[in-house]
Amino acid sequence: MAKNRTERLRPQVLIERGDVPWLIAVAAATSVPHAAHLPAWLTALAAAAMLGRLWSWQRNARLPPRWLLSIFAVVGVTAIGWQFRTLLGRDAGVALLVFFVALKPMEIHTRRDALVVVMLGYFLLLTHYFYSESIPTALWMLAAATLVTGTLLRLYGGHQPAREILGYAARLLAQAAPLMIVLFVLFPRVEGPLWGLPRDAHAGLTGLSDTMAPGSINNLIQSGEIAFRVRFVAEIPKKSSLYWRGPVLDDYDGQTWRGGLPRSAALPPDIEMRGERIDYVSTLEPHGKRWLLALDLPVSLPRDSALSPAFVAVSREPIVQRRRYALASTTAYTVNAQEARQTLQRALRLPPSVNPRTRELARSWAAELETPERISDRALALFRREDFVYTLQPPLLGANAVDEFLFSTRRGFCEHFASAYVFLMRAAGVPARVVTGYMGGEVNPVDGYLTVRQSDAHAWAEIWVAGRGWLRVDPTAAVAPSRIESGVASALPAAEPLPGLLRFDNPWLRALRYRWEAAGNAWNQWVLGYNPDRQYELLTRLGLEEPDWRKMTAWLAGLTAIVLLVLSFGMLRPRRAELPEQLAWRQFCQRLARLGVVRAEWEGPQAFAQRVSHERPELGPLTHEAAKNFAAIRYGAGGPDELKRLRACCRRLPSRWRKTN
Amino acid sequence: MIALLKPFRQWLFRFGVDEQTPIVLTQRRVFIVPSRGGLLFAIVLAAMLLGAINYTLSLGHALVFLLASLGLVTMVHTFRNLAGLHITPGHPDPVFAGETARFPLVLDSHSAHWRRSLELAFGTHDGAFASIPPGERAVIEVPYPAPRRGRLRPGRLTLSTRYPLGLFRAWAYPHPRLECLVYPKPIETPLPTPLAVSHAGQHHGGSGQEDFTGLRERQPSDSPRHIAWKAVARDMEQRPLLTKQFAGGAAEELWFDLDQTSPDMPLETRLSVLTGWVLAAEQVQLRYGVRLPGRRVLPEQGPSHRDVCLEALALYGEEPN
Repeated sequence: MAKNRTERLRPQVLIERGDVPWLIAVAAATSVPHAAHLPAWLTALAAAAMLGRLWSWQRNARLPPRWLLSIFAVVGVTAIGWQFRTLLGRDAGVALLVFFVALKPMEIHTRRDALVVVMLGYFLLLTHYFYSESIPTALWMLAAATLVTGTLLRLYGGHQPAREILGYAARLLAQAAPLMIVLFVLFPRVEGPLWGLPRDAHAGLTGLSDTMAPGSINNLIQSGEIAFRVRFVAEIPKKSSLYWRGPVLDDYDGQTWRGGLPRSAALPPDIEMRGERIDYVSTLEPHGKRWLLALDLPVSLPRDSALSPAFVAVSREPIVQRRRYALASTTAYTVNAQEARQTLQRALRLPPSVNPRTRELARSWAAELETPERISDRALALFRREDFVYTLQPPLLGANAVDEFLFSTRRGFCEHFASAYVFLMRAAGVPARVVTGYMGGEVNPVDGYLTVRQSDAHAWAEIWVAGRGWLRVDPTAAVAPSRIESGVASALPAAEPLPGLLRFDNPWLRALRYRWEAAGNAWNQWVLGYNPDRQYELLTRLGLEEPDWRKMTAWLAGLTAIVLLVLSFGMLRPRRAELPEQLAWRQFCQRLARLGVVRAEWEGPQAFAQRVSHERPELGPLTHEAAKNFAAIRYGAGGPDELKRLRACCRRLPSRWRKTN
Repeated sequence: MIALLKPFRQWLFRFGVDEQTPIVLTQRRVFIVPSRGGLLFAIVLAAMLLGAINYTLSLGHALVFLLASLGLVTMVHTFRNLAGLHITPGHPDPVFAGETARFPLVLDSHSAHWRRSLELAFGTHDGAFASIPPGERAVIEVPYPAPRRGRLRPGRLTLSTRYPLGLFRAWAYPHPRLECLVYPKPIETPLPTPLAVSHAGQHHGGSGQEDFTGLRERQPSDSPRHIAWKAVARDMEQRPLLTKQFAGGAAEELWFDLDQTSPDMPLETRLSVLTGWVLAAEQVQLRYGVRLPGRRVLPEQGPSHRDVCLEALALYGEEPN
């Protein structure tokens, strides 16, 4: 019974024919950008469904029966499940949403059906941020949000020209903007994730890995992607000292260097600072690993991170979102002048029987020279004196990779030099290891940030000398000093094609790129990087002491109320509709008032004109003409011509400054 | 609980007849709550917020906050769609019982913005929609069923809107003094014989009076005086009762009296028969009057006379207003 009653109370409102293209547009605008990562068959299916609906709308054709759509839906969901092997992950979820939003317009009859499409559309807007949070994505989403909102306007407001609907939707969103900013800044942020993320949540992150196989760094160097950005509190240290320490690789199998778990017997880092402390804030792009890529050597770390026995700053959790860290380092130091035996043994271990010529050479050096420093110098001198070439296109190496590199090919880049150097040192009995990371960076003059890209990826070496600790040695510098001073682009032979972004050396293009990247950085820093820490920092800077969620909620409620009050006051203030001639006449009278003749509320146009000619004869004729025209429109048969003349009178009225002349 | 609710509703909504016109919907008189669509929107936003937190999507936060703010902003817009509206009741045209009365209302906007998708309805009955351009007025006719004759008072109006986004429903209860006259539902029966000739002098040059024109089957509304008793006697109840029919000339003055109808019938039916007569007589342009206990309308002819007669029939037995 009760059900019957509610049905009578709320009869289902049917949608109008004119609503349909709006709904198809919503489905299209909110799903099109997903075409880039959805399986092609699904994109084609969704496009076909939307085009089919548009066609049937144009022809007024009948919609397919519900049972057919149900079969279609079941088949589609099964296919998606089969494609993604699940229905729960991020990508599968997006695929399902796109499928439904494309299919739903096929069976829209009532406004409630239409509402489902609109809400799906709003939700789909969010899913685009899984894949990109760039400025263009944000702008596209803003446009799409305007369209979805316009569709609601169309559903509830009936037929109006599309431009008016979209204009109103844009105005509504613009009015929502101040409140959005309040919410964005003050809504207490919670650190995600709230629950375990599906495995595909962070697919496809680029960055260093904890192995160095031939060519792995070369792959990175080809990428112009930004690895991290750094803002130094004081001035930027000189470029040749900007070694960003990543994974340290101890174990070599003849081909690949691997970083391993540090032994439990390792000594804790013992750092003696010999230079000044350098404070900086680093904004790290997600790379899916745990290292923070601190400047060599970190002395102060953010919370939730620690220094490994190999002096690598590692976070407790993998870095799967862009993160900001405040760090401090020193570039002049003594570290672990005493070192655990196990660590040193490990730094001497070599795979048996590979690279016999290299071993032979190293043994001869060890016999001839007394100190590890001398042996190292000899190795660097070898690189410098012989015809070694720095190139990103080295020949392939075989089983005795170091032998081939040192004695025959002699062409390679940082990983070849670092690998050969460490092999030589170990063979000569000097503890050594490979360190990977980034070298240098580029200062953006627009915002002063140092930008480090994947193309700045680098590998160097460390040797241990008793009493002096671990010393950094960069064999690449011996071959191509300009790599260290100026970057990869300047170190390469002129004939070699430059990878990726490194090609843009045109000053004008470079300036443009700086601007774009500074904008992107500001976006990252203040919009995308706005996390609980940043919120705390900003609110403290704004004068909110010890902001916790209670204070934030209180402020949020208060400010929301104020914004809404201001908005309501502005909108609900009685604003009478004014006819154009009334407006023109009012403006005329306002100008006259400034000249000293104020029209009384009750004074009709003719009476007023008479009084004006009496009090201010010089203004009389003009006022008479204006009054005549106004009266003709208001009370007679006056039309656009009279309105034009009335406005002309308004313009001809002398303004105040002219009166004083 | 319900006993408490009633005074609360009375205090909140201030039910009562608006004596002054035009009725101005001040801000105190406009109420607003989230609609079902608004609740759905809120649920979708909550789900989006969870997603944004879980995947740490800063732009996701921004989107959710933008849409939430949009919702709050449209609350003001929905409210504004009603607030400040002037409502002037008009006079509805009388209807016959069983028809739908249409109450005209003049809505004056006076404001510089469009007012769209305004729905006016009486209670839960079907309503009418209106949109008013800035500063203009709209006349809207609100339907209300009129099942019985008499004075129809539909009670308070519900003026509601969900524009612009359907997330909120704003409404007001204007209660103008509205009344529609409902005539009895006419029953078509042949005209009765003239009862009496009151003013024989006034002729319109028509032919004879009381000309017998034939017989027809008796209908319950016919007076027993016109039964063709001779024919009855002749046919010995083989056939239904017959009634004598007379043609009244144009000069004829007909009196429609409640007594001319069978007293066995319910009063409403008898009034309906009289209503049918009035309409039929007016259609063939006869002069006719209506005689009811306590009310007499002298014979006359013309649409306004018809309306007087119908009003007399409609209000028979009702308390004078």
